[in-house]
Amino acid sequence: MNIPVLDVQNLSVSFSGLKAVNGFSVSVSEGEIIAVIGPNGAGKTTVFNLLTGVYRSETGHILLDGKSLIGRPIHETASCGMARTFQNIRLFRNLSVRENIKVAHCRNMHYSMLDCLLRSKRYRDDEGLADSLTSRTLKEFGFSDDADTPAGELPYGKQRRLEIARAMSLGAKVLLLDEPAAGMNHTETAELMELIAKIRRKYGVAILLIEHDMSLVMKICERIIVLDYGSIIAEGTPSEILTNKAVLAAYLGED
Amino acid sequence: MYRHDFKKGIINFSALSVLFLALLIPSLAGGFSRYIQGLIISVCINIILAASLNLTTGFLGQITLGHAGFMSVGAYSAGLVAKALPLPDGIRFLLCIIIGGITAAVFGVIIGIPAFRLKGDYLAILTLGFGEIIRTVIENLKFTGGAQGLRGIPRVATPLCLTIAFWSAVFCIGIMFCFVRSRHGLEISAIRDDDIASEACGIDNAKSKITVFAASAFFAGVAGGIYAQYLGIISASAFNYLKSIDIMAFVILGGMGSLTGSAVAAAVLTILPEVLRGFSEYRMIIYSVSLIVLMIFKPSGLFGRYEFSFVRLLEKLGLTRRRKNEYSGA
Repeated sequence: MNIPVLDVQNLSVSFSGLKAVNGFSVSVSEGEIIAVIGPNGAGKTTVFNLLTGVYRSETGHILLDGKSLIGRPIHETASCGMARTFQNIRLFRNLSVRENIKVAHCRNMHYSMLDCLLRSKRYRDDEGLADSLTSRTLKEFGFSDDADTPAGELPYGKQRRLEIARAMSLGAKVLLLDEPAAGMNHTETAELMELIAKIRRKYGVAILLIEHDMSLVMKICERIIVLDYGSIIAEGTPSEILTNKAVLAAYLGED
Repeated sequence: MYRHDFKKGIINFSALSVLFLALLIPSLAGGFSRYIQGLIISVCINIILAASLNLTTGFLGQITLGHAGFMSVGAYSAGLVAKALPLPDGIRFLLCIIIGGITAAVFGVIIGIPAFRLKGDYLAILTLGFGEIIRTVIENLKFTGGAQGLRGIPRVATPLCLTIAFWSAVFCIGIMFCFVRSRHGLEISAIRDDDIASEACGIDNAKSKITVFAASAFFAGVAGGIYAQYLGIISASAFNYLKSIDIMAFVILGGMGSLTGSAVAAAVLTILPEVLRGFSEYRMIIYSVSLIVLMIFKPSGLFGRYEFSFVRLLEKLGLTRRRKNEYSGA
């Protein structure tokens, strides 16, 4: 439990002189949920983009299960187990729910076009494995009845759940959730919290989460990191953060 | 599931064989004039072109306007090799088609490497420029015959040409079906729907895109190879951007993301202007108006994403038993 699955030290990136993220460090253990909060423009999503390889950090290192992720392209960090969801849900809208999940298993299929034409053993094995893994995920995340619905036609809450299911299908070791509760009503948020708790229990995945819904953050997170102007201004348990002067100043302004 | 694939293959093959015999027997018996046989060959060529463009446009979702460029690469390389190779007709024809395809695929990769960074209108402009560059270069080279075109490409008997063109089209469409229903097809559909999410799902967008460009160019090159050896004379001006737009019209009309739709649209739009010859100067107006009407009433094209299937047709007619397990992967 105490060996960090994700060890991040001193990430920085600047865009034309503006330090968007400055010296971001975090170390996350298996099954831990950490919230990253901060005012708008504090650099929260940029941190996620650094971790997943959208931007390349100018300093520091990212170790996921002992493997360095710095300089790797997005698809490789994803295959290494750094899975994410997006602030504005990004599903493959015209593909069915089943296909959305199956896309995440493409990285494990290696058959060639010739295998496909001849329906060789390799083709059947690869496809069969991907199909059975997909079906299992569908069942686990409660999509058995919607499996053939186009993802774009699902209600909002289910779309978010599908996005998380897809991220988990990547064999996620660390799951990055970017404002998962945005735009959700109370019941949907409650369901989401239940889902997050469940996947943490079941898969032991470490979760980093950006969220503005403080009741959610307070309830499910062990630790909170507060960002402002790209730097960490506070870090601690929810109760510590609630009384932290620097955090209050960042959100409400100093008196 | 896999036994079903086999059964499907047999059914499709039989249906296409019947169609083929229905075209070949009148051709051999003199029922079809050379003009009609030529029309059938053109239909086959256009079917390959439309379906191959649909790979990039319909499935990958990238508009490219240089498809005639790949076709011309295939046509010229097939033509040049055919002139140099003293082989029996059928073998030479087939070999040159494949050479045409491979050469075009190489160009597909070359154009794919800069193109995978672009999308939307930027990619359209890039490919348009590429097509025009190819045409201009061919027009100004000595060994391609320059502006006069490449002459004296050995031809084969029309029924043989028809046979090869028909089965090439069948074979190409078959491979493309396999492609789009394989993991590759799933990957490129994912890229089409959301390229940021696909990358975050572990898909190497660049590699997938270049693969599609190469595959699409390969089949366009095959079509070019048939075209060159059917006509015997080719000139670069036939492969200008208007040709690319014609092919795009097949794809849009047939439905982006439907290979059978492309095939039907290519056949209809190739035959329609010929049927309308009786109306002389009005024919292009009728042709254009019918395109406009279709786009107004069915903007997703004739087929949308729907694929025609002999198997489903037979099931509907009650001639074969419906499968128990409806699901069949991607």
